[in-house]
Formats: sequence, structure tokens, C-alpha cells
Amino acid sequence: MDRRAFLTAKRKAVQRQPDTVRHIARTMSGLAPYSGPWDTEAIIHLLKRTMFGASLADISYFKTFTMSQAVDVLLNPTAPLPSPPVKDYDTTGAEKPDTTIAPGTTWVNEYIDDGLIQGRRIESLKKWGIGVMLNQDRSIKEKMTLFWHNHFATETSVVAEPQALYKYHTLLRNNALGNFKSLTRAITVDVAMLKYLNGFLNTNTAPDENYGRELQELFTVGKANNPNYTEDDVKAAARVLTGWRIDLPTTATTFDSSKHDTGSKQFSSFYNNTVIAGRSGPTAGDDELDDMLTMIFSKKAEVSQFIVKKIYRWFCYYTIDATAQANVIDPLAQIFQDNNWEIKPVLAALLKSEHFFDALNRGCLIKSPLDIAVTLCREFNVTFPDPEAEYQTAYYMWDFLRNETMICNQEFGDPPSVSGWPSYYQVPQFYELWINSDTLPKRNMFTDTLIGNGYTRSGKTIKIDPVAFASQLSNPGDPNVLIDDSLAILYRVPVTDASRNTIKTNILLSGQTSDYYWTNAWNAYLANPTDSMAYQTVYTRLRDLYRYFMNLAEYQLA
Amino acid sequence: MKRKDFLRSATILPALIGGFSVKAYSAADSPFMQALMGATVDTDKVLVLIQLNGGNDGLNMVIPIDGYGEYYNARTNIAIPQNKVLALNGSSKTGLHPSMTGMQTLYNEGKLAIVQAVGYPSPNFSHFRATDIWMSASDSNVEVDSGWTGRYLANEFPNFPNGFPNSAMPDPLAIQIGSITSLVLQGPAVSMGMSITDPVNFYNLIDDLVDPTPDTPWGKELRYIRMVVQQTQQYSKVIKAAAAAVPSQGNYPTGNDLAAQLKIVARLVKGGLKTRIYMVSTGGFDTHSAQTTATDTTVGNHANLLGKVSDAIKSFMDDLKGLGVEDRVMGMTFSEFGRRIKSNSSIGTDHGAAAPVFVFGKNVKPGLVGTNPVIPAGISVNDNIPFQYDFRSIYSSILSQWFCVKEADLQTIMFKDFQNIPLCLNAACGTTGLDDVYRNAGEQLIVNYPNPFVESTKITFKTRGGHTLVHVIDSLGRSIKTLTDMEYTAGVYTLDFNGYGLPSGVYYTRLQNGTLQQVRPMLKVRS
Repeated sequence: MDRRAFLTAKRKAVQRQPDTVRHIARTMSGLAPYSGPWDTEAIIHLLKRTMFGASLADISYFKTFTMSQAVDVLLNPTAPLPSPPVKDYDTTGAEKPDTTIAPGTTWVNEYIDDGLIQGRRIESLKKWGIGVMLNQDRSIKEKMTLFWHNHFATETSVVAEPQALYKYHTLLRNNALGNFKSLTRAITVDVAMLKYLNGFLNTNTAPDENYGRELQELFTVGKANNPNYTEDDVKAAARVLTGWRIDLPTTATTFDSSKHDTGSKQFSSFYNNTVIAGRSGPTAGDDELDDMLTMIFSKKAEVSQFIVKKIYRWFCYYTIDATAQANVIDPLAQIFQDNNWEIKPVLAALLKSEHFFDALNRGCLIKSPLDIAVTLCREFNVTFPDPEAEYQTAYYMWDFLRNETMICNQEFGDPPSVSGWPSYYQVPQFYELWINSDTLPKRNMFTDTLIGNGYTRSGKTIKIDPVAFASQLSNPGDPNVLIDDSLAILYRVPVTDASRNTIKTNILLSGQTSDYYWTNAWNAYLANPTDSMAYQTVYTRLRDLYRYFMNLAEYQLA
Repeated sequence: MKRKDFLRSATILPALIGGFSVKAYSAADSPFMQALMGATVDTDKVLVLIQLNGGNDGLNMVIPIDGYGEYYNARTNIAIPQNKVLALNGSSKTGLHPSMTGMQTLYNEGKLAIVQAVGYPSPNFSHFRATDIWMSASDSNVEVDSGWTGRYLANEFPNFPNGFPNSAMPDPLAIQIGSITSLVLQGPAVSMGMSITDPVNFYNLIDDLVDPTPDTPWGKELRYIRMVVQQTQQYSKVIKAAAAAVPSQGNYPTGNDLAAQLKIVARLVKGGLKTRIYMVSTGGFDTHSAQTTATDTTVGNHANLLGKVSDAIKSFMDDLKGLGVEDRVMGMTFSEFGRRIKSNSSIGTDHGAAAPVFVFGKNVKPGLVGTNPVIPAGISVNDNIPFQYDFRSIYSSILSQWFCVKEADLQTIMFKDFQNIPLCLNAACGTTGLDDVYRNAGEQLIVNYPNPFVESTKITFKTRGGHTLVHVIDSLGRSIKTLTDMEYTAGVYTLDFNGYGLPSGVYYTRLQNGTLQQVRPMLKVRS
């Protein structure tokens, strides 16, 4: 498949003046364990990178650990797999409605080949995906699952098979913190991936090079090496991969040895002129694939560098200068190799390092659309309908978030191409691509909606409760502490005292000059929480305060 | 690098708040719109609201010369000596605080109306609540979440912000200076105005000065985002253009925050913005103590504040005249309450009730409106000035006399009928006045007909597809009835709303389509 142009007219980034004149400070720090203060700020930094935001409860939880323990907790999730997506759709208009599946129960175990039902199941899957992120456990698992979804990208619009897509996302989730080589092995013969990159059509008579290319270019060694794999390597890889087939009704991968190229496959000098012996018989596909992966992964430097850089860009920053290369990337790549492609040791080394916690590496990630949406809901404890008791409405609400993130150019399940989202690879802007004159107003409209009237459907509304949020802070009656505590959670970059004061006077004090007016209003509310006037007085001011915080550019950073 | 080293060069408030674009889904300018351009007279009238934050002691601002004895006895330690009270031409009964020489001149030039004892029933003595009441124009026992000028603007520009700016209205509907947010500009759905956070930022903006950010990765990313913010800030261009069109202005006193804000207002008015409402504010009026000095009651805190207000308004008016735009501007002061008749022993006053309101402009109907408050001889610490005029009558009168708002619309905006006080002279009001040009400006997503309605009305809405909610809410924001709540394909649809049994009054029909929303005010009347 030709890679579709990923910069369509709609997604064109705004022309910007390059920041070349200014020298941006970089750090010399490396992988030595972070020994600076393990304070609230450091905890929030760690959590905002590894999870979708840091709620007050999350922060309190991780305060009970040391830095090293906290990272270990994040890297060793114990939560079970989330419940699978359910039938939130009706079957009107379907030729073969899936009537055996009761509404509100899962569809993942029963195949149906009705196009309409399949479409609705895929929508169900996407909404469910948002719900999983919203309800994430206190670990890095969801961010890593999304990382792998971006890395081993597939698109629902191409795969179009709901069961296979659910299986693919589950594979990523189960292996998010496992072994990269094993995951590569598994993804190669995953039903959805075989469908996505035509592996299921790859036949000895005329091999399809799609997966063979992307396996090398996008999934393992990358294209930046010099020398690198050759076009002949792509062809040879394609031949190795012939014969795999998928059985959609059982969401199973099969191997048809009659479609397999049994000749030997010669690879280039990049791969030490390796020859993979041609096999025949039912295990030919497995055996040759294993040999090929052994060959590819013998390019230890290339594979480790490529993947480590992607991880670095996902969790740290997109600029990798010579110092970071030497002090961080190279040692991480070595750790990756030494641990036989286990992901956890790499993550542990990075997340516990002085480099990761360096002041210069804080606050510099621009939140992705999923980050903006999910983080807002988690940090503000937005209440969603119970997916058990009110699954229909829960799915409606998740769908709203899904749509909002989609119009900001990140649709879960459908990255724009097999390269994933451009924000993670497109030089020079990287995640600045999330923000342009089209998407920034949309992001603001989203946050304005959630802090304003909220989103209403089926008689339920999801919105931020600013009074509830403020209530859990250390001293909401003191307007200065209220602002400080709020900014500590919501912002990753500093705000001057002068600005805090102006904000306090203008918003919390409604132009009055004495702090005690806010304190009195807050206490009046506490004394009589059901009095609507007392409630409204604090509600409108807190609402305006948090809307203002979210409108500023600072809120877009993590 | 240490984190704390960055604190010095961190956030400064952005110059402009609000005014984010809401992309239209079709051309904001229909052929119909274009045909109208140039054919109608749009209003060039402007209203400037001056908020005095803290509760201004009106009784020492506008002093009852008749009944001076009771005035003096009630508040001896802060009473202005009778021979220092500034005289007003044509009145021997009322005068001004000695600091307000500017206002005195304006009064004597026929450019000032003083409305006595403005308040409302069951006054509230809390700053927050009282401010909200004055801004929302609600009864004192209900909470209304929109402002009176916000509702006026929402009535004039019902499609805002969808499809704004557009050629009919390329400028902000309202501008607030020196503040971040204000209830007064809040419409039923969204804020109708935008803020210039402070005068310094205004000048930075028009001079293209950029907030400093550090040379760190987060500084770089922040700069990038702010640059995009600038690009999407719809109104920074028109504001800069308007400012650029005024190369010089009159003199304003320095060190006067109100003057600094009014100077910007004058510049933008002269510069050609079609913005109708400006809001400025100054604070410090909560003079519980040290309202005057111990030895001389004509000087001290309150004297300085009143002097500041007077000087600012006078130089503003002079500047407007010099710029040739004084015909266009009407201004009014307001404060959340007056103060107690009886002073306290800290040489101050506590929260009170009614107080005078200034309405000023070249085209004001000048003079004293109402009579001096009568101060009883046996004054107690609990006594407050009873109101003669409901503050909402002033709003209502300005809307109908200055902005030519029609009766039914007035009811929709103000919720009730209020007394008409002759305050403004605008010959245009009295004919058909301004009309549907602006009603159709922008992108109409929801509308109802007939309006006003007696029992039922048809609601027509436009959705871009996906989940669409249409419901009817009352003036307190409570959802009365959901008319539809489901998925639609993109298109235009019509529903009936039957309001049988509902009390007459103001309702809003609200459309929610994703994050898009639009609210249309409706008025249910008795037949």
C-alpha cells in the first residue's frame, strides 16, 4: 500500500518562524538516578508524562513512595484487562442483525459479517478505547499501549474488522511492558496487522512488499541508518512473509504453505549477507519469520537506537542533541540490548534518571488531543455515567470525547497513516503540530464547554465541578493557597506572583482588595452547602478561574 | 539548572482574553448580508460602564445641602464641611464632594445627570452577591448567570459567536479593560465581550512587544503556542488598526488607573471600532476605616478616589470632544452598594444600600433626577438610604433611549418592565431604529417564530450532524423541556415548542451540537 499523504490540506500546519536565532538551553544530565527533591512538583511531572494527567488522589497515592518505588509501581501494573466493549448500538437497517447479543453485553466473541453491524462495533470499540483511558489504573500501561498503537499503527478504516481490532488492541495492552522482540513477532502475524498491511494476501507467485517494508522501515531498524536495509531486503522480507492467512470468523491467523515462497532469501550486506533457508510445510512461515527476526534484531545498534529515540520523544522531548545522544540515548540503547529487548529496564532507567527530572525537561511536551481530553476529565474528576448501569449514556459521553479529539487530529484507532501520528516523527515541529490555528480554538472550545455548560445527552451532563475540585485542595478558603494549589496541578510552567495576584483580585475577589471576601464567601458555602446563593457565589468565581487557567497557553503543556 | 531560576521570567497575563474564533460552517456573509451593506444606518452609539469596586459612599459624593444638619450629625467625623461642597448650577439643595471639580464642570456644562438613591428591593450587603446583582440585573433573591449588557448584546447579535467576526460586525461586541472576566458581559450562553487585561498590555500589543519567555524547551513551546494564540485571536488585528488610526489624544492625568483605561476607550472609539459596550473599573471604595483623614474630612482615601474618578471622566470627556466623537458616547458609574448613613468610629462607613449614579455624556439629559435622601434625626447605625430608583430602570432607560431597544426586546433583556427615566437624547430612537441587519449577522443555528409567542412557537435549528440537543431553559438557567436529544444528519430541522402552562417571561432555546452552542432568547407573553 502506498503511504497516504499525511499532510492533507486540512491538516496543514501553520507556517512558523523557526526558533533558530535563540539558543535553547539543553542539559548535560544523563541516566544517573535522580537525586533532587521528590516533591509534589516532581511527582506531578512524572505522573503527567506516564499517565493521563495527575489527579489529586493520584498525587497523594504516589507521595507514599520514594521516587524509585513510584516508578516501579508505574511499571508493574496489576490491574486486570478492562472489560471488553459492549453492544451500545441498535441493529436497525442491518441485513444480518446480531440479535444473539443482548444490548449492553460484549460483541467481541461473536463474529458477524454484516457491514452495518461491523461499522457500529468499530464505533463501539473507539468509544470504549476512550473509556479505558479515562478509567486507567495507576500505571504507565495506557500511555504505553497508546505508544505501541502509534508505533505498530493500524487504522480501523482499513482493517474494518471489529473482532480483529479488539484483538490487536488487547495484544498491545498485554505486551505494553513486555518484550519488544516478542511483540514484533506477535504483531507480524496479528489478524488486524495482516489485514492492514496486506500480509493476508501475500503470495509466493507475486509477493506483496507492504509489511516487509514497514517491518524494517517503521517498526524495527528505521530508515535513518547509513548504510541501511535495501530494496532487495524489502523484497526478500516479503518473500519470507508469504503464506500467512486470516480466518475472520474465528479471528485466527493461519498459514497456507502452498502460498509460501519456499526458496532461500538472500539479504544485503547490511544484514551480513544473511541467507534465510527456504522452508516448506506447515511450520515454514513460523521458522522463516523467526530467522528473519533474529537477523533483524542482530542489528542491535540500529534497532535499539530507533526504538529508544521513539520512547524518548514520547516521554521526554523531541530534541535529541549530541549531549542527550551520548548521555541518554546511547546508554538506554545499550540497556535495551543488554536486557534482550525487554522494555521495562529502558523505561525504568529513563524515568528514574536525573535527565528525565531535569528542570529543562519539564513542561515542554505539548499535550496531544487525547491528553487534553482525558487529562481534563481525570484531573477534574469529571463524573461519567456508570458503564455498567448506564452503558448507553456512558458510551455517548465517550463518543463526545472521541469526536473532540478526532477534530483535533488524533482519532483513537485511526492514526493518519502507518507512520502513526506526525507529531511523533515529523521534523522539525513534532508535537507543535498538534497546535495550529484550526485546532487550538477547538481545544479551547472543548475546555470551555466542559467548564461551562458541559455536554448533555440523554438527560445526563458531563462537566467540571469546580467547587468539588476546589474543596479537595488544602485550603480553599485562602485565595492565594487556592490558586497555588490549583496551578500546581494544572500547570507545568511557572506563573509569577504578580500574575497570580492579578488573577486572584480580578476573578476570586471580583475586584475587591481584601482576601477575606473570598474566605467569607467560601466559609458561607461550607456552612450551608445547600444554600443556592452561597453555592452560586463561589461556583461562578471558581468556574471563571479554572476557565481562565485552561484558556492560557500554559495549560497546553505537560 | 535550578527550577527556581525560571520564576522571574514566567507568565505575564496575555494582552487579550477571549475572542477565540468559532469557525463558521458556511460563509458568514450571505449574499443577503452583502446586499444590505451600506444601505442601513448602524448605531454608532457607545456605552461606557465604570465600575467603582468596593461600595462607594454616595452620601459623601453627592451631598444633601438641604438637610445638611442631619447629614452632619449622622457622620460628624467624615462629614464634608458645608462651605466646601461644590455647588451645582441651578440647584441649591445638592452639591458634590470637593474632589469632584471635573464632575462639577460637566454638570454645569449640561453633560451630567445625577440619579439619586439608586438601589433595589431587599438589598444585599455582600460584595460578591451585590456585584452580581448589579451586573446581572436580577432580583436580589435569584441568581441569574448572565449580565444585562451580555443579554442586550445577545439580543442584538443572537448568532454570536458562530460566524463572527463578519463584515457586518468585524469588531468585538464589547470590550472590558483592566480585568479578566466580568458577569456584566456574560450572555446566556457565552461571554459576549473580550478583555484587554490591562493598559500596559494594550500598549505592548499595539507595539507588537512580546512577553519574555526563557530560552528553555518549555519557553520555546510556550512561545509557539502563544504565537498561534495570537493568530487565532480574532480581534487583535482590528484593535491594532483602530489604535493606529488615532495618532494623538488629549491629556490624561498620570498615575490614574481609571484615566489610563478610559484613554484606551477613547482611542478605540475614535479609531472606528463598532464595539458598543466598554467596561472599565477601579477599586478601593470599601472604606470601612480612614475614609477621610482625622483632621480634614475633605482629604484622605475617599477624596483621592473620587478625585481620581472625576479627573478621569473629565479628561475622557475632553478627549472625546477633541477627537470629535463625544456625540457617540454615554457613560455611567455604578457600585455594588452605597454605604451606611452613620459613620463608624474608625472614621469610615460600613456597607449600605442606595447611592447616586452618574450618567454622563454630551447627549445626556442633564440634571438631578430625584431628591436628596432624607436623613432622619434619630439616626441609628442600622439605617440605610432607601432607594428612589431601581438601578434596572437606569439600564432599561439607557437601552431604550440610547440603543433604541424595542419594548419586547427590552422585556427579554431585563425580564420585567421598569420605569422609564429620561436620561439619553438620541433622535434615532423613536423611528424604527436598528434592525435585522445584525440579527442575521453571523451564522444562525437556531431561531424561533413567532417571537414573542403566546402559547407555542416553532423552533428551527441547523445541525452539522452528529449528536444534537435542543432544550428550553428559563432565565435562571434551569432546563424546562428537552425538545430533541439524538443523532442527526447535517441539515435544518423544525420542532414545535408548546409552552402552555408556563409562566410568561423570558426563556431561551438552546442548541448543543458537539461543543457548538447557540442560544436564542424567546419571550412568552399573555395574549
